Amino acid sequence: MKSFNRLIGHLVSCKDATHLVSRMQDGELTTLERLKLKWHLAVCTMCMAFEKQMRIMREAMRRYRQ
Amino acid sequence: MATDFLKELEVQRGYLLRVARLQLRDTALAEDVVQDTLTAALTAQSGFTGKSSVKTWLTGILKHKIVDAIRKKQREPVAASSLDDEADLEDFEGLFRENGAWQAPPADWGDPEQALNRRQFFDMMDFCLEKLPPNTARVFMMREVMELESDEICKELTITANNLWVILYRARMSLRECLELHWFGDGARA
Repeated sequence: MKSFNRLIGHLVSCKDATHLVSRMQDGELTTLERLKLKWHLAVCTMCMAFEKQMRIMREAMRRYRQ
Repeated sequence: MATDFLKELEVQRGYLLRVARLQLRDTALAEDVVQDTLTAALTAQSGFTGKSSVKTWLTGILKHKIVDAIRKKQREPVAASSLDDEADLEDFEGLFRENGAWQAPPADWGDPEQALNRRQFFDMMDFCLEKLPPNTARVFMMREVMELESDEICKELTITANNLWVILYRARMSLRECLELHWFGDGARA
């Protein structure tokens, strides 16, 4: 199962994953894209760090407007 | 009561002006829009129920005024072509190798509360937002500050969804780069 996850996770490149993370913030991912991203994030700590940065920025913008 | 309300409006003027300037990139127009907003707020004072903060209420009014102003501006042909220019992803190609893997791992930004509780962090955000190309900043602010949905923005600016995603991606990647360089990076923290 672990190696299966790893295999699936690498179907999406990190570059593609950054686009998916951005588009996710706009609520525009299809179910398949969401799964692909989830699989990728499960095996890629770099993209996980990127995704956290994007969440921090979103929270920052939320507070910016308050 | 009435003077308190006036005072509160005056307090928020700076914030409103900053938001309007970032979106319109035109100080004179931004001042007009904020003036309109404050005038509208005064006339509609009874519409303020106190359920939300004055700031949130004013931002709501400002949102409509900015969208109107953008709509008018958009009729000028220049804006559309420069939007296309700004939808260019080349700047970020260098972050990745040919196979799409990261050149260098994104930094761990640590505990966000530490940054988000500091005023200086938001000054840095302003600085980074000012550095975005004008139309990119405008679209990003429409999405993140005005909280317009993607399809509303596409309709207002007559751009495709794909175009919008590229512009928002650019905005986020640039902002991230700027914050990493000036706030979260090793150099910035030392």
